[in-house]
Amino acid sequence: MAAAPILEVESLNVAIPVPAGTLHPVQEVGFRVTRGHTLAIVGESGCGKSLTSLALMNLLPPRAARTAGRLALDGQDLLGLSEREMADIRGNRMSMIFQEPMTSLNPAYTVGDQLVEAERRHRRTSVTAARDRAVWLLEKVGMTGAGERLRQYPHQLSGGLRQRVMIAMALMCDPDLIIADEPTTALDVTIQAQILHLLADLQREFETGLILITHDLGVVARLCDRVAVMYAGQIVEEGTARQIFRTPAHPYTRGLLDCIPIPGKTRRGAHLGTIPGIVPSLVGSMPGCHFADRCPHASGACRSGPIAFRDGAGPGHRYRCVLSLPSGPARPDPAP
Amino acid sequence: MLAYLLKRLGIAILVALTVSVVTFSMIYLSGDPALALAGESATEEDIENIRRFYGYDRPIPVQYLSWLGRAVQGDFGHSHYLREPVATVIFERLPTTMLLGFTALAFALALSVPLGVLAAIRPNSLVDRAALTLAVVGQAMPSFWFALTLMLWLGIYWQLLPITGSSSWANFVMPSIALGYYVTPAVMRLTRAGMLEVLAADYIRTARAKGLRPMKVLFKHALRNAVIPVVSLAAVQFGFMLGGSIVIETIFAINGLGFLAWESIQRADLPMMQAIVLVLSVFYIVLTFLADMLNAWLDPRIRVV
Repeated sequence: MAAAPILEVESLNVAIPVPAGTLHPVQEVGFRVTRGHTLAIVGESGCGKSLTSLALMNLLPPRAARTAGRLALDGQDLLGLSEREMADIRGNRMSMIFQEPMTSLNPAYTVGDQLVEAERRHRRTSVTAARDRAVWLLEKVGMTGAGERLRQYPHQLSGGLRQRVMIAMALMCDPDLIIADEPTTALDVTIQAQILHLLADLQREFETGLILITHDLGVVARLCDRVAVMYAGQIVEEGTARQIFRTPAHPYTRGLLDCIPIPGKTRRGAHLGTIPGIVPSLVGSMPGCHFADRCPHASGACRSGPIAFRDGAGPGHRYRCVLSLPSGPARPDPAP
Repeated sequence: MLAYLLKRLGIAILVALTVSVVTFSMIYLSGDPALALAGESATEEDIENIRRFYGYDRPIPVQYLSWLGRAVQGDFGHSHYLREPVATVIFERLPTTMLLGFTALAFALALSVPLGVLAAIRPNSLVDRAALTLAVVGQAMPSFWFALTLMLWLGIYWQLLPITGSSSWANFVMPSIALGYYVTPAVMRLTRAGMLEVLAADYIRTARAKGLRPMKVLFKHALRNAVIPVVSLAAVQFGFMLGGSIVIETIFAINGLGFLAWESIQRADLPMMQAIVLVLSVFYIVLTFLADMLNAWLDPRIRVV
């Protein structure tokens, strides 16, 4: 586990000017991803997980400003790079899979054209060699008749197939890191599991780092090595998947886990947990714990100033709370 | 693709037929054509002879079919005024009008598409505002007034260009600008709107996530999708320009179809006017058809329909 991190992020912030002030959708986010491992970033809609991923790629909307203490890919600092240098890294050493397969491919060009373009932008390969790699990758992502697929247009493919094309596209240059931003949210439930297992298999085979952004904790339990839980722009808890699921420390994480029924454990007819209240506005500055207004354990100490991370149940487990670690029996894993 | 082509072709032919019916009925719009031809001093017998001579005594559907049958073969009858076959006169003048139409369209597209793209890349910037001003002014200015202003400055004060005639390329510069400027605002605004919409699309983000250079993102991935509505609009605007060329050709005394149309109206030369309307309409229909084909090539999704 002492492998060198492929991606290091420290104190990542995103600020967006809005009419009412400045929106801070991403605040002091930091994590590491090791080669061949998967980090899940989990949180509800609007918690800043997608903007975090766009900030890593430097693909934020023009008005959004990114600052960070450190952002390094395989030891190389990304913060000082010009847009031109960053473009050399995007799609090459670091690639991204988006949430909406239906609209993420250009309707005017064939699948083959868009795949070949991804490799030839960064490598001096012939069109033939790039097409061969595209066919090989389309087979890898489980598409039949890969040779003919290259000549098809996106509108001739289903959502699941388009997402497979997006995955193949992300792999064209054999990247060190893939960021998958809710890759299955827009897909049929039956297809979701296939795509996720495909991603996990490919990530092992190609030994890339993978950041999987999702709001589905079940997915996380099955596929990910480490988990970062985000709430209102901040990481509130981070640890191995086992630590997060068996000994969750932050009240928000525990609240989230209470919302999931566990097959064979949750009694029929029993009430599932809910978290009362709504997500706070992230306009302006907000001292103290972002979760305080919804937290059953909140006290004055929670609102007085920034909350530091505490060590959790084991190595690499930390959480942002004033409370000490809750005692009691470990929880069962939600996924069998 | 073939099915789409045949479908569009079928529609084009139907439109052409409809236009031909309307054009044909023009003869009867101003009352009895035989009466109009014979003049005020004609006797009852003269009128009857003229009616028989031109075949106006036959049932109207028969007249239409025989007129259409001859028109399809390029025979539009004789001019009442010039004593020449209408077709000969028209095909003599047609190249001039087509040349003017294409140079005007080329000028309009060369000005409006780049400006629209620039305005979309930097919305609300100086370029965008300047382009908007240009569009508003263009939309508000009557084309005959703009043509006369051009003439006054470029032709008379500065004497850079000839003000009338159609003998050399220099004669076409001012008319092309005057005619093309008229369609610039609409094309420019649509290009801007299309580019703004396309630049916000997910596939543009994908293209950037691949690390593609901004120029490639802009011209390969964005522009192709943004110009699809522009192509359709350009075809429609070209139709307006053919109409507008009547005014512009008359002002600059260019010997084209528009000028001929104006002359024929003055002379009440019905067969000539009929033929000009029909030829211009068919021209317009062909252009719309070509625009559809171009769009099908640009956007593979259209081909399926």
